[in-house]
Amino acid sequence: MSSDRRRFLLSCSALALSPALTPLAQAQQNQQRVALLREVTGGEVPNMGRVLVDTPPLADNGHSVALRIVVDSPMTPAEHVRRITVLAERNPRPVVASYLLGPWSGRAEIATRIRLADIQDVLAVAQLSDGTWWMGGAHVVVTELACLEG
Amino acid sequence: MSMLSRIQVPAQARRGDVVPIRIAIQHPMETGYRPDNFGRRITKNVINTLTCRYNGVEVFRAEMGSGVSANPQLQFYVRVEAGGEFVFDWVDDSGQRGSERALIAVTG
Repeated sequence: MSSDRRRFLLSCSALALSPALTPLAQAQQNQQRVALLREVTGGEVPNMGRVLVDTPPLADNGHSVALRIVVDSPMTPAEHVRRITVLAERNPRPVVASYLLGPWSGRAEIATRIRLADIQDVLAVAQLSDGTWWMGGAHVVVTELACLEG
Repeated sequence: MSMLSRIQVPAQARRGDVVPIRIAIQHPMETGYRPDNFGRRITKNVINTLTCRYNGVEVFRAEMGSGVSANPQLQFYVRVEAGGEFVFDWVDDSGQRGSERALIAVTG
């Protein structure tokens, strides 16, 4: 088993996917997730950890869900966060936004509001100054979806 | 269509402080999936790029898609070493640009 695969399996168990899925559907979803992550990072599967995704566990309105991302980093010239990308896999366009930071940011934290088209895990991947990728996620239950019909 | 915006930058800070910067822009952030009253799709039009420069140096950049809520708001942080000016620039898919600036005084 490659270390990539091992890391990915770890990340999946840590993210606690929706329990209603059958194993086959879950495997499919995992594959999609890996493909999406590789697309964002340029081939790498991020390590699990260092990224905190703070959302309400239950959001009343999918058109505007508060999101806060904090990356554990001292934000010094030697060690800082370069980029944070927010992913919502079940949105029609899964890449929500990317934010570019640097040592001048002082704190690796951003807050914004996003749309969620489904109940799903919101993922955030961060690239550090040493080139490594880290990720975290949070499961959000949305009662009124940001549906495609507007 | 005008793009109203609101920036919140502390009026003053001490040298080396990490200050919170907030911005909110009035924009529909059309996803491209929403139909108008006649059932035709409204073209996707979102603010795709927002940059923040501090005394001429880019300190923050956001690349946004249709997953960002209408009237986008953002909060981020910048460490200030000297007083100066924050300049925000953004552009949407239709090419419309917006800009806003704010001053900060740094002591100590």
